[in-house]
Amino acid sequence: MTSGSHLSIWFFVGILLAFYGLIIAGAGIYGWFVPPQVHLAQYHADLWWGLLLLAIGVFYCYHFAPRKARAR
Amino acid sequence: MTTTLAWIDYLIMLIYLAFVLGIGFALKKFMKTSEDFFLSGRSIPAWVAGLAFISANLGAQEVIGMAASGAKYGIATSHFYWLGAIPAMVFVGIFMMPFYYGSRAHSVPEYLRLRFDEKTRGLNAITFAAMTVLSSGISMLAMAKLIVVLHIFDAPFASLGLSSEWIFHASIVLSAVIVLGYVYLGGLTSAIYNEVLQFFLIVAGFLPLVLLGLKNVGGWDGLRHSLPTGFTHAWVGMSQASTNPLGVEVFGLAMGLGFVLSFGYWCTDFLVVQRAMAADSMTSARRTPLIAAIPKMFFPFLVIMPGLIAIALPAVQEAAAQPGKAATATSWPSKGLIPAEAEKDPKTGEMVPKYLRQAGSDEPLLDANGQKQYAYDYNLAIPNMLLHYFPTGMLGLGLTALLASFMSGMAGNITAFNTVGTYDIYKAYINRSGTDRHYIWIGQLATLFGTIVSIAAAYAAAQFNNIMDALQLVFGFVNAPLFATFLLGMFWKRTTGHGAFFGLLSGTAAAAIFQSLTLPAGAGPGIKGGWLANLHTFPSEMAQNFWLAIFAWTTCFLVTIAVSLFTKAREDKDLVGLVYSLTEKPREDHLSWYKRPLALGIVVLIMTAALNLIFY
Repeated sequence: MTSGSHLSIWFFVGILLAFYGLIIAGAGIYGWFVPPQVHLAQYHADLWWGLLLLAIGVFYCYHFAPRKARAR
Repeated sequence: MTTTLAWIDYLIMLIYLAFVLGIGFALKKFMKTSEDFFLSGRSIPAWVAGLAFISANLGAQEVIGMAASGAKYGIATSHFYWLGAIPAMVFVGIFMMPFYYGSRAHSVPEYLRLRFDEKTRGLNAITFAAMTVLSSGISMLAMAKLIVVLHIFDAPFASLGLSSEWIFHASIVLSAVIVLGYVYLGGLTSAIYNEVLQFFLIVAGFLPLVLLGLKNVGGWDGLRHSLPTGFTHAWVGMSQASTNPLGVEVFGLAMGLGFVLSFGYWCTDFLVVQRAMAADSMTSARRTPLIAAIPKMFFPFLVIMPGLIAIALPAVQEAAAQPGKAATATSWPSKGLIPAEAEKDPKTGEMVPKYLRQAGSDEPLLDANGQKQYAYDYNLAIPNMLLHYFPTGMLGLGLTALLASFMSGMAGNITAFNTVGTYDIYKAYINRSGTDRHYIWIGQLATLFGTIVSIAAAYAAAQFNNIMDALQLVFGFVNAPLFATFLLGMFWKRTTGHGAFFGLLSGTAAAAIFQSLTLPAGAGPGIKGGWLANLHTFPSEMAQNFWLAIFAWTTCFLVTIAVSLFTKAREDKDLVGLVYSLTEKPREDHLSWYKRPLALGIVVLIMTAALNLIFY
């Protein structure tokens, strides 16, 4: 939403995904050295998924930052 | 081999809870008028409204329930999407939204007042308000039960020296306080923002689950080979009730689910329609359900597929028997990751696997090999999949996606309740001349009141299991005929207020009579039906529900027409903007083709038809 509140929801989405990406990728790096007790742990889903969330989150944060959104 | 919750998982859940409250605080300063609070100032872009439109419906009961149905019935569960929801969403976007949005009504009941009369609005407003708070209470209860089953709060409570009995109460109060907080502060905008967040969380939390599961079972081909025949087909065997897992034949499915129930829900339920009414223009409002339909048609892959994968996996006893606990050796029966339900043995008092019984006796129902058939707890499909595949961190994300679904389900109901409670009950019958500021205050009060009633409903449903079944029954009685009223009201100008009112009442009565005279297979007279007599037994509960809906809808349709023909219709000039034939069609020539609702609707239908064909 932009016209009513000047607070873009996409910016909030970006912050949350970036946060989560960072935490999950961090846990993934730890899991690389201390494998977790789950099935298919060898694929390191947490590391790759965390990095993907981080990348999407950072993109949303940058693209929909409040100052940029107002300028557009 | 399963994972247990660690501090990172708690951190992820805490960040989410803090975030949703933060959004409420951030939006508080923008809540200046009642239109801001109840309809987001009609300023929501189509994409945001579209994502909120699907998320408002995607409560955790739906997420958990769809996976459970997937495990029980297979890919045929996707009929709820590909035959039910999507065509209905296209219909509401193209044909019905111009009346909802164009009439400038604040709510669906208010449209009924404009089109028909005060008594029809009153009937709809009161039943709808009651259903929303009760649904919100059921959602709250389901969340508290899941938190208890998954032992999510066990560790923090143990460290505080509190007994595990408090977890249930704390879960109810916590969810109520958070939802109350963000709806109270930011109104509908806050709820919509959180619904958009929920959409992203569901995708982020469940997509890796499906990908890992498919990898584990050898992809789609591997899944097909490990499941019973018919589980990976949506249409094969649908010509007869006895040859498909749903126990419904194609007419009952298409008319009952595809037409009456789905159109009834998506086209008339204010909970979802409110999201489109908050859009920033007529075109955006019409595009809202159409945009929502695109991700919605792919949701079976996120919410039904985990159920299929859960039963395709080789039995993993330790995960199934003790969800949330570390591995223990046990011979508890399970179907893949799904354990049999537990019941108390009356002789020994121990918990034993629950088995299916022959009608009217305690004798076990046996399968073709002479083995006992167990009642499986299909609701554990998603939770057990999360514990099976997700390491620390990912597990927190998956659980947060579930929490977000519960919260959105509750908030959706509460926002719909506060709007209908304020505009259609308080303003209509108690105080018509309040200031705008006064109605915002009433809306906030209604939010508080709705939350408190939801808590009471959650505890009532926890005490008496039948209350939940009874409520769902009443919802069916009320919702099934409603679409006939709207269809006639919008497309036949001769429909009168008396016709609509008595049509609705007779449709509800017809549903109750139908239910009292029929039973699903394997059930005795009582809450499942047959309490007056048993004239017909349906192969499944689903078949009974679909035929009940058809019966109620047809009664309402016919009675509305009959009464309308004998009562005085309103003049044409009073119906401009409310009836199809008397309303100017929205002009969209200036839009590029892909932004026009009709073109978008056709694309959506073609894509849905393709999915039906692929999974035929």
